[in-house]
Amino acid sequence: MREITLSKAVNEAIAEEMRRDETVFLLGEDVAEAGTPFKVLSGLVEEFGTERIIDTPISEPGFTGIAVGAALTGSRPIVDLMFGDFLFLIMDQLCNQAAKAYYMSGGKLNVPMVLRTNLGATRRSAAQHSQSLHALVAHIPGLKVALPSSAYEAKGLMKTAIRDNNPVVIFEDKLMYQDKAPVPEEEYLIPFGVANVKREGKDITLIGTSSMVQVAEAAAEALAKEGIEAEVIDPRTIVPLDEETLLKSVKKTSRAIVIDEGHQSYGVTGEIASRLNEKAFYHLDAPVVRMGAMDVPVPFSPALEDLTVPTVDAVTAMARRLVAGEMIHAA
Amino acid sequence: MSAARKKKTNTDDYLRMYRQMVRIRAFEDRANQLYLSAKMPGLTHMYSGQEAVAVGICEALTETDKITSTHRGHGHCVAKGANFKEMFCELLGKEEGYCRGKGGSMHIADQSNGNLGANAIVGGSMGIATGAALSAKRLGTGDVTVCFFGDGATAQGLWYEVMNMAALWGLPVIYACENNGYSEYTKTEEIAAGSLTARAEAFGIEAHVVDGQDVLAVNDLTQKLVARARKGEGPFFIQLDTYRYHGHHVGDINREYYRAKDEEALWKAERDPIVNFGKWLTDQGITTSDDLDKLKSEVEADAEAAVAYAEAARYPDTREVDMHVYAPNAA
Ligand SMILES: Cc1ncc(C[n+]2csc(CCOP(=O)(O)OP(=O)(O)O)c2C)c(N)n1
Ligand SMILES: [Mg+2]
Repeated sequence: MREITLSKAVNEAIAEEMRRDETVFLLGEDVAEAGTPFKVLSGLVEEFGTERIIDTPISEPGFTGIAVGAALTGSRPIVDLMFGDFLFLIMDQLCNQAAKAYYMSGGKLNVPMVLRTNLGATRRSAAQHSQSLHALVAHIPGLKVALPSSAYEAKGLMKTAIRDNNPVVIFEDKLMYQDKAPVPEEEYLIPFGVANVKREGKDITLIGTSSMVQVAEAAAEALAKEGIEAEVIDPRTIVPLDEETLLKSVKKTSRAIVIDEGHQSYGVTGEIASRLNEKAFYHLDAPVVRMGAMDVPVPFSPALEDLTVPTVDAVTAMARRLVAGEMIHAA
Repeated sequence: MSAARKKKTNTDDYLRMYRQMVRIRAFEDRANQLYLSAKMPGLTHMYSGQEAVAVGICEALTETDKITSTHRGHGHCVAKGANFKEMFCELLGKEEGYCRGKGGSMHIADQSNGNLGANAIVGGSMGIATGAALSAKRLGTGDVTVCFFGDGATAQGLWYEVMNMAALWGLPVIYACENNGYSEYTKTEEIAAGSLTARAEAFGIEAHVVDGQDVLAVNDLTQKLVARARKGEGPFFIQLDTYRYHGHHVGDINREYYRAKDEEALWKAERDPIVNFGKWLTDQGITTSDDLDKLKSEVEADAEAAVAYAEAARYPDTREVDMHVYAPNAA
């Protein structure tokens, strides 16, 4: 199978859906000729023109609100939010307007829009260009949240997001844009709420999201050399969350670590761990462990930044301790 | 439909405008009563006094033209074609309300008549209105969108972002600022520097000031601007000077500390949009005061019946609480 970059996969997904459905258009800053700072959208304006690939002023709340209005009136807009950190600017439009229109109208109005943005630290971009804020939007009922972990997921989830009748926030890991993965030539979609079991194992479950799927896979590889068989699961969407697949795995392995690049406190790791504790308590041999990003603003210096995200070594070490029974009365 | 046929110059049009204003007043009087008699959950913001704005504007729109409304939205809702029954049901949180009781006073909207929702975030719908106009332009529907908001909302940054884009892209949107002199308990001159029209003009947007107590003046201006917006000459800004008769909300009873009783009495005695239009209609020999009284009693009876209906109507089944969080997708 051919291999393409995550960037190309996103580009293909958007192009295919725009060819398929006239009502799809995209707007954001420097999305047309520039194709975004990450060059993800290069070539789209040549095919679809500036009527459908729309460059906006630097007005994030404004163009997000415009997308909500367009979505309420027969369009399927894709909002390009240059950095996930800018979510803080658009909270009202996304969380008070887009997320609630369907409910507040008693099911009469809906908002089929996609907000594509990114997450991920270690790009030496400091505290305002490195955050992973998906937990923030996952907290809001009415929004769906997708976290592609490779080019394959990026394409399939983006296509599903564009066809969804609800607001979907899709976070791409900005460090993975140039990473290649096998992506079929033929069309495919990845349904929301279906986790992907990336590797089977019986001793411990490593649940990783987005960038942390690679970390979980590398840790599983290292653990295998020590005779520990780790199962690796990528939920792919955190809203909706495929609880069933996660629970099934944990009931089998009796141990789990949840790894995610958002801040650990009040985050995705805590939410998933808590659901496993509530629903698989009697199957567990150890507490479910959360491994998120440190609860500090992301520092600039490489010497500091690298300390803030979960690493393969840290996950491997934690898995080892869990399997050895060391975490049962952990402080 | 030709512009000539749409022009409100005949008796039917005049009487419909009069009736719509009377309907708003009748609705609000009963809403106030429901609040005072503790039959209505929550609070509500009365539109009484501002009727000529909503009616003058909405009578210049077609059924598929869009509006976005505000926390003071009952008037917009009636004027855009809603029925009393579903409106009172919504106010009381009943299943047959326009939003199945999920929206209440601050989100009331008859969505089937192009009302994209009332918004409890001051200025929150400015992006939505602009996006609806973008959608209309892209999809070629010919619809025009009117964005209603108060003088207080002109302090929101979102307005400047979306006016900029609407002007750049020539969108068919009309920003209609209902300047009732107050935002909550603060006079407009204390929160607005310079002139409001100059703000729109700074973006190259044609701006008008109109007497918001004069339904014919409002309607005449709006008809012209709507026709031009349909031809691609938008956006436009209208400042409509008006007055709210009640407090900021129904519970704002003792308000002399920010608004003099004399001032209120003067507006009611001399500037009432219904009284003055009624007088004009009889002076012109278009109708008689007997006929207007008859029309009023018909509307009163309708409103009474709708209140009685809503009071007896069912609450939504408790199973509805988690319905309408997400719109379904085609299988
Ligand atoms: C973003 C936001 N800030 C504050 C409020 C509280 N609030 C509700 S109505 C209002 C005054 C709005 O004044 P104006 O826009 O003039 O409308 P009016 O009430 O006069 O119709 C305020 C401050 C709110 N709902 N939303
Ligand atoms: Mg006001």
